[in-house]
Amino acid sequence: MTLSPLTRHIVRWIAIGYIAVLVVVPVGLILWRTLSPGIGSFFASISTPAAISALNLSLLVVAIVVPLNVLFGVPTALVLARNRFRGKSILQAAIDLPFAVSPVIVGAALILLWGSAGLFGFVENHLGLKIIFGFPGIVLACIFVTVPFVIREVEPVLHELGTDQEEAAATLGAQWWQTFWRITLPSIRWGLTYGIVLTVARTLGEFGAVLMVAANLPGESQTLTLLVADRYNRGAEYGAYALSTLLMTVAVLVLIAQVILDARRSRPAEPALGE
Amino acid sequence: MTAAVDEHGRRPGLIKPRYGSTSLRVGAATMWLSIIVLLPLAAILWQSAGGGWDAFWGAVTSPAALASFRVTLTIAAGVTVINTVFGLVVAWVLTRDEFPGKRLVDAVIDLPFALPTIVASLVMLALYGPGSPVGIQLQHTKWGVGIALLFVTLPFVVRSVQPVLLELDREVEEAAASLGANNYSIATRVILPALLPALLSGAGLAFSRAIGEFGSVVLIGGAVPGETEVSSQWIRTLIENDDQVGAAAISIVLLTISFAILVSLRTTGARVAKREEMAG
Amino acid sequence: MQRNPTKASWWRATGALVMSATVLTACAGGPSDVVGGERGASDAETTLTLVAFAVPEPGWSKVARAFEGTEEGKGVAVTGSYGASADQSRAVASGKPADVVNFSVEPDITRLVKAGEVNEDWNAGATKGVPFGSVVTLAVRPGNPKNIRDWNDLLRPGIEVVTPSPLSSGAAKWNLLAPYSWASNGGQDAAAGIGFVTELVSDHITLRPGSGREATDVFKQGSGDVLLAYESEALNFDLEYVNPPQTFKIENPVAVVSTSRHQEEATDFVNFQFTPEAQKLWAEANFRPVDPGVQADFVDKFPAPKRLWTIEDLGGWEQVDSQLFDKDNGSITKIYKQATG
Repeated sequence: MTLSPLTRHIVRWIAIGYIAVLVVVPVGLILWRTLSPGIGSFFASISTPAAISALNLSLLVVAIVVPLNVLFGVPTALVLARNRFRGKSILQAAIDLPFAVSPVIVGAALILLWGSAGLFGFVENHLGLKIIFGFPGIVLACIFVTVPFVIREVEPVLHELGTDQEEAAATLGAQWWQTFWRITLPSIRWGLTYGIVLTVARTLGEFGAVLMVAANLPGESQTLTLLVADRYNRGAEYGAYALSTLLMTVAVLVLIAQVILDARRSRPAEPALGE
Repeated sequence: MTAAVDEHGRRPGLIKPRYGSTSLRVGAATMWLSIIVLLPLAAILWQSAGGGWDAFWGAVTSPAALASFRVTLTIAAGVTVINTVFGLVVAWVLTRDEFPGKRLVDAVIDLPFALPTIVASLVMLALYGPGSPVGIQLQHTKWGVGIALLFVTLPFVVRSVQPVLLELDREVEEAAASLGANNYSIATRVILPALLPALLSGAGLAFSRAIGEFGSVVLIGGAVPGETEVSSQWIRTLIENDDQVGAAAISIVLLTISFAILVSLRTTGARVAKREEMAG
Repeated sequence: MQRNPTKASWWRATGALVMSATVLTACAGGPSDVVGGERGASDAETTLTLVAFAVPEPGWSKVARAFEGTEEGKGVAVTGSYGASADQSRAVASGKPADVVNFSVEPDITRLVKAGEVNEDWNAGATKGVPFGSVVTLAVRPGNPKNIRDWNDLLRPGIEVVTPSPLSSGAAKWNLLAPYSWASNGGQDAAAGIGFVTELVSDHITLRPGSGREATDVFKQGSGDVLLAYESEALNFDLEYVNPPQTFKIENPVAVVSTSRHQEEATDFVNFQFTPEAQKLWAEANFRPVDPGVQADFVDKFPAPKRLWTIEDLGGWEQVDSQLFDKDNGSITKIYKQATG
């Protein structure tokens, strides 16, 4: 279908205009408000003790969420891609669930499960392990929302790869861990990295669920996103903008990483046996 | 390829366990998903039934709950329609048009997806709240909530339609054109039907996201009951007021809507795929 | 064995990221969010967690800093968490860590007594556990264009009143007890009191801010004609306000959390509130002090209304809270649930 030049231009400018007004202008405004008092105030605002504590906490959460997701996600992806078993479709649906759950519902669910009046309240009341209002609560909330990423990025790669190389390795006498480490892992590394990048971005950016399960005490249990909200509510608007710019920079880095990884992923899988 | 045979004369096949038995891995995967995802959701189900049917129904039909459903569903529906139309336009321009800076536009579309929701809320508030450089004040109005939701659901329809548009067989369009069809009928009879599954899928994902959205509307909306208070905010208020049954009940309603949409998307997707398969 | 170059670069990139993250986390943080900030707070040996309601935040930041300068407060840093009174109280009861609590209304402390987190004798002393308070006032737009002077002006057609939700906010309870006492003459004509509150809530209140501070924010952003608030909120946020002839005495309790691991420091901190130094700081933060000496110094700032109703006039918090504000059966709660939900 070829459009007349006029129509083509109109449609093009409608699209560009929509994106510009909806995304570019507001984001640009925040950047401008953050940076116009000077880059010095920006750095000062993101290096207050509370901001550093928030950064530490957010990074610590990432440091736990990512390995857990890789540790459990890769075998899950293997099982989904390689095996047939009863209940496979239920497992598939369960993996997609976090996409359909509102962050507030995630927080509510965790409170109703692990809170002192919850289904597993005995953990806090009798074992003394504070999950809600404690660090584990934040971690559980972030894992909930990031479960699908690694699995969904690794599974199609495994599917496409097939088992030829793995079978060949087996016939050559390789043990399962050798096959996994030398053959499977290298061939899924770009998909895995993509999944990890998405996981990191989502964990750093999670707000609604963490707001409900964290104690939100500055310097102790406040993540970066919680601090942004705290600063805004206190009326420290510039501080909120500065921290938002920091988080936006992370988001942009994530997008750049996605573009690079996309290019790497679409290259045909290199023969790992060549090492 | 000669089949390799092990010392027992068995041929290692696709289903043979390679890293431990299948059931062990399935068990581990199931346990992981259960603890992280299924158990918390089960807790919601259990708690919502905790007060019996009366408590559940009372919570779901309270004036505030009904008002929040009305606000949430209407704004989400409006936003979905707008982003479906514009999403289609944007996807079209990205696949069929060429202009300098196209790659940049393509990359920018994913930004709302990668941004933390609270940052999105601030971003919207900067332009459409008090202190707006263009004097538009949408805070505490449903337009403010709407524009925030437009922001966060932008990528869904675009990213859903783009790959399908790319793969669309131009031959059919050219054939139709050579038979004398004008642009309008080509669009409505050839292109749109082919895009319909992708459009519906993107719209469904956008709607599902919009009804559950919290972070991006919390600052600009202001939780005005009956105007801008969305159901996720009402759930949070109920949890803070220690009304666990109420919070669970409203959550069940929202979850049911989301799941219904996603399930119907999956089944229509499967049905369309099957139809296309049979059409050859 | 030739290493795949892209695999090596993957490891390098990951390694670099992990290294930089570790270096960043090595920097120490702290509770202060002031730019150029006081790093002193992070050197403290003890950190007290104060869980308070939203309104006294301006006062606590000053008083906490003064405490750190005293003998007992050396090496003690105070981190504050502020929010709607009842929500905060419920959070502490559900496990939110706290060493000292300061709520808007006594029932929010009673909840913790029942949960075993505050000793029963928290208010047994002469000071009754209340170091400061305020009165309920009517904050209006500059110039008072709608000429709001007294409680019945609130019921004039078209007047929109902003006040928080009593389900989450303590300030809300004070705000509603003031017109209730006026209309019912100190609780003697409960029906008239409830009638007034019903009309107020049903016809003149449309918003449901969660806390006293959120109500102030919402009013400042342009909603409503009159804000029911603490006198301190009006003073702290430069709002023009009118003290009606009959209003209610707000008394905000403070208590030590008995399960705190810093009993001594927490008790010192609470006791500090009653010293003249701290009382003066509270008065400067626009809260009405309880120390008679300091009260005398600030008598011009805090004029006495013609009739100041107190919670004792209505029979005490236990009775008032269960009659009017009980979650399911309170008369005022029911009005609220019907009106705005």
